Amino acid sequence: METESPKRGKLWHWLDERVGLKDIEYFAKKKEVPVHSHTFWYYFGGMTLFLFMVHAAPGILLLLYYRPSAGEAYESIQFLMTEVQFGWLVRSIHAWSANLMIFAMFIHLFSALLGKAYRQPRELTWLSGGVLLGLTLAFGFTGYLLPWNELAFFATRVGTEIPGVVPVVGSFMRRLLRGGDDVTGATLTRFYGIHVAVLPAIVTVVLGLHLFLVQKHGMSSPLGQDQEDKTKRAMPFFPNFFLRDLVGWLCALGVLAALAAYFPAELGKKADPFQPAPIGIKPEWYFMAMFQTLKLLPSYILGIEGELLGVLAFGVVGLVLILIPFLDRRTASGQPSRLPAAFGIALILYTIVLTYLGYTMNPTK
Amino acid sequence: MAKEQASLTADHSRRNFLNWFLGTTAGAFALSVLYPISRYLIPPQAEESSARTVTLALKPQELKPNSGQIFRFGSQPAILIDTPAGELRAFSATCTHLGCIVQYRPDLSEIWCACHNGHFNLNGKNVAGPPPKPLEEYAVNVRGDQIVVSKKG
Repeated sequence: METESPKRGKLWHWLDERVGLKDIEYFAKKKEVPVHSHTFWYYFGGMTLFLFMVHAAPGILLLLYYRPSAGEAYESIQFLMTEVQFGWLVRSIHAWSANLMIFAMFIHLFSALLGKAYRQPRELTWLSGGVLLGLTLAFGFTGYLLPWNELAFFATRVGTEIPGVVPVVGSFMRRLLRGGDDVTGATLTRFYGIHVAVLPAIVTVVLGLHLFLVQKHGMSSPLGQDQEDKTKRAMPFFPNFFLRDLVGWLCALGVLAALAAYFPAELGKKADPFQPAPIGIKPEWYFMAMFQTLKLLPSYILGIEGELLGVLAFGVVGLVLILIPFLDRRTASGQPSRLPAAFGIALILYTIVLTYLGYTMNPTK
Repeated sequence: MAKEQASLTADHSRRNFLNWFLGTTAGAFALSVLYPISRYLIPPQAEESSARTVTLALKPQELKPNSGQIFRFGSQPAILIDTPAGELRAFSATCTHLGCIVQYRPDLSEIWCACHNGHFNLNGKNVAGPPPKPLEEYAVNVRGDQIVVSKKG
């Protein structure tokens, strides 16, 4: 062992005595990543984490100019986009990194689902990932309102109306979310507080748990790989996998820079609570499938209001998704089970088709 | 022996009592923190807009047949329609589906919600798309060159 370890300087020893660098080094050396035909999908967890950090940094910078009130929010962003040097770039990177992060997160989610990575002992890793998914969507939803433009205003009106259709607790939930009966400046300050303080704090804790569990259990191999490949192949995380991660992050940074430079974030028209919803209004792409579903549902299905049925269906699908480690009893007992994969593929196809329809159907017909 | 046993059970019940005491104290502390926070998060009840009648800034001659106009009815948006036949009608402009603000479509002579493609006819009845209920209708009275809109009933 002694011969293997390279010569260390005084500083290293000084730090080692105080923080325990040896333990960290030992852990880093031990960490391995399984190598098989689906190794590629492992990159998307780290990619999501990377994009989250890239997203947070310009978010903090935006705080220096943004003013969270109905009278000033739109104007402060207009000022940022036109007067502040590189203000457009900071905001565009914030907006685009959010989109890329959510995209990477969905790939991460579906690769874990299809690879059945949620099976024992990783149920809590999956569950914490599900919570992170919900938190990320909440980030997207609350952040979307902050520019206080027309699209944001109506997206929030609709989005906060959705829990309002749930019987009994609905109208209370709506009031709690909006900070009143309507979407007003009170909603804006509420969403601002949630977006910049409440969610970051919760995400830090849940993300910490998620990453801890990933370190504890290591990466999951897809079921078939375990049985076929008796001679398990693996590569060290440091530096082999990490350097590959870096290449991916560099590519993502390139894509992000190009998107931010060529398609800067738009601002649109200022929200006016006494103007009709604009023609062709649509939410962020990751809510498009749900939005389009609500658009296509008839007013009544079997005597129940269509939107209530739709909202309940979203809730059930979300619940099944997050509880799948406990529902998939066959995988848990080591038997082959096709249902989760079928559920995952059906969900992907449904989302793609409805999103496509959402972008292509004539909004005025 | 018996003495020892007695002191052990006394010890045990003392421990139980202390555990119970600690638990209820912790619970009471948590409640005393959570209660004010939960009350704080619920927004205070705003003054209910008592407007039952509103006089519009518009004059009847400014409206063209087959057009619509959003106006404020208290704190809520409402829509005034001049039907193709030249009749004035007013409705709540909040879509009964998911709360967007509707607009008048002259090409269809219908009230339409851009958000989820809901259609209402000139009586405010939901005729196509997802809206489950008709729009609330208001009474429109023209007094001289003033348009007065008021809640029905």
